[in-house]
Amino acid sequence: MAVFEKITLSKAINASLRASMEADPKVLVMGEDVGKLGGVFRVTDGLQKDFGEERVIDTPLAESGIVGTAIGMALRGYRPVVEIQFDGFVFPAYDQIVTQLAKMHARALGKIKMPVVIRIPYGGGIGAVEHHSESPEALFAHVAGLKCVSPSNASDAYWMMRQAIESDDPVIYFEPKRRYHDKGRLDTEAIPDPLHAARVAQAGTDVTLAAYGPMVKVCLDVAKVAAEEGKSVEVLDLRSISPMDFDAIQTSVEKTRRLVVVHEAPVFLGSGSEIAARITERCFYHLEAPVLRVGGFHSPYPPSRLEDEYLPGLDRVLDAVDRALAY
Amino acid sequence: MTVESTAARKNTRGGGKRTTAKKASPAKAKTAAQAPAEAEQDQLVQLLTPEGKRVEHPEYAIDLSDEELRGLYRDMVLTRRFDAEATTLQRQGELGLWASLLGQEAAQIGSGRALRDDDYVFPTYREHGVAWCRGVDPTNLLGMFRGVNNGGWDPNSNNFHLYTIVIGSQALHATGYAMGVQKDGADSAVIAYFGDGASSQGDVAESFTFSAVYNAPVVFFCQNNQWAISEPTEKQTRVPLYQRARGYGFPGVRVDGNDVLACLAVTRAALERARAGEGPTLVEAFTYRMGAHTTSDDPTRYRADEEREAWEAKDPILRLRTYLETEGIADQAYLDAIEEESETLGKRVREVVRSMPDPDTMAIFENVYADGHALVDEERAQFAAYQASFVDAEEN
Repeated sequence: MAVFEKITLSKAINASLRASMEADPKVLVMGEDVGKLGGVFRVTDGLQKDFGEERVIDTPLAESGIVGTAIGMALRGYRPVVEIQFDGFVFPAYDQIVTQLAKMHARALGKIKMPVVIRIPYGGGIGAVEHHSESPEALFAHVAGLKCVSPSNASDAYWMMRQAIESDDPVIYFEPKRRYHDKGRLDTEAIPDPLHAARVAQAGTDVTLAAYGPMVKVCLDVAKVAAEEGKSVEVLDLRSISPMDFDAIQTSVEKTRRLVVVHEAPVFLGSGSEIAARITERCFYHLEAPVLRVGGFHSPYPPSRLEDEYLPGLDRVLDAVDRALAY
Repeated sequence: MTVESTAARKNTRGGGKRTTAKKASPAKAKTAAQAPAEAEQDQLVQLLTPEGKRVEHPEYAIDLSDEELRGLYRDMVLTRRFDAEATTLQRQGELGLWASLLGQEAAQIGSGRALRDDDYVFPTYREHGVAWCRGVDPTNLLGMFRGVNNGGWDPNSNNFHLYTIVIGSQALHATGYAMGVQKDGADSAVIAYFGDGASSQGDVAESFTFSAVYNAPVVFFCQNNQWAISEPTEKQTRVPLYQRARGYGFPGVRVDGNDVLACLAVTRAALERARAGEGPTLVEAFTYRMGAHTTSDDPTRYRADEEREAWEAKDPILRLRTYLETEGIADQAYLDAIEEESETLGKRVREVVRSMPDPDTMAIFENVYADGHALVDEERAQFAAYQASFVDAEEN
């Protein structure tokens, strides 16, 4: 049994890729700089050394080409895991992802499968230049045929990657890049949660905070501070953005009667909007307050000197908790 | 397209707001446009002239039996008949749209018959002749044009991928597939079809890059039919398309796209090259779209009748027929038999299309995902209940 008491999220993904490649010779890793360099975040560190250039493929700098050829390799029976170097660079590949990858299974009346994983280091908080800090998950979750997930900790990072690679559907795997170096426990022999199930990260009774990826830690911090103020906050780690585990959100909201959704992406038409709408439909008579959302603004992701204002932090989320409780 | 018409079009259409272009001497501009056009003619691989005369090319010899030659004729006639039937069916309201291949039979049959069973084809949406060569039932091609599905066949049963509507996307799929073939150590080849318009797309450029870098066993078969809807080839490129390959580090060759023998010979050679591990080739089949882009298009708005007439003289079927007759390879009885077969095909296509049922409503929710998706399940159940409520109301 391999138990890591302290492993970073990025190393957990690396271990997951490694385990998947060992388990299935059809699994390939592709992307810009994924080979010798090990990726700009070193997530694929050492894989090319151990699995060779035939399975860990350094590609030309062409995102549409990366995804388009991955589709072709999936048609040939491979299971490519491609890396998009940064969130804002996915858009040259957006056409291939949306018009081709997402629809291939349906267009072939189910006769062919598209087991492609697209890894996207996403979100802000690392002081980067533009196009390096965005949260485009709603753009992908909106598209039928794609699945979207985002782990918040090392254990999930490991298991969700393994499950995403095993999935016969295309999965966009959003990696919370500012959590890459956060350490957590990982048991590679454990029985993992299902890929698309949410998890109660912190139980509470007064208000539910729903988040995924990088925002889960913020919400857990909020719960701690709120507890000192005598408020009991439940934190749901949604884990999967599409499909989304609305049953778990409903269960929590029926208990706490208040819901605040937190994500880095702009609030307008973001995943929080969908959660608010659905939970209002499902829990109208349970809710003591409207579903509130905390997220980014309807602006380009700002220069990094302003990102602490843009990103939902402790204070903005606590403010929303107070507003929900004030109804 | 003739050199004159190219130059004329440039003078009347080109330039736009770019005043610097207007200042340029017309004589100089014409020379610049003309020089590569003349070179293009020199580069055209041809084995059968428009008059139906057999000629040889130093690099592309081909020796076909009489039976094979007759087979190529049959393929082209039946494909044209199928295409005509589909066009008619669209006019009768049985199909929502049709993209005719009229005039491109030789490019498609020639290249299609160069393929082995284990090769894999990535078509655009006009490759009805290639589908025919792959043994795909032609009526399967009509489902998406009738609107009963968005693809509709299993790509793996004939190694013929689904039609791709987004221009040029499939060139990358072909390249990736070819990279997979290479990893498998197989010796089959992959062929990607696209048009002169698609050559402007980034995906086609990226597929050239990837295939060259990885030496993938793929043949790019560009049917330059001179028009991307209303835009002539010179709106896509300043150099002959086949010459683009050189910049990527692999060979490009221009073939007479109305010459089925040359298309067969050139494609066969390119496929052999791919199989031998020598990487990609770009084949530019210089041909002409005799009809409209699709049944929604009106070519009279953008091109002259004389142009089509000039190309009709190069008709791919006519020239092979002349050759077969002159050489005594096909007699009237044979030609009549093919005509009869094409009538039978037309009749079958009509019948199948007219009896093609609308899909079941719940097909909306089918095959969205391979492993299922909670939202799809929820919406399926809700919609089924909604529909059932009408049945209940009727019963009550």
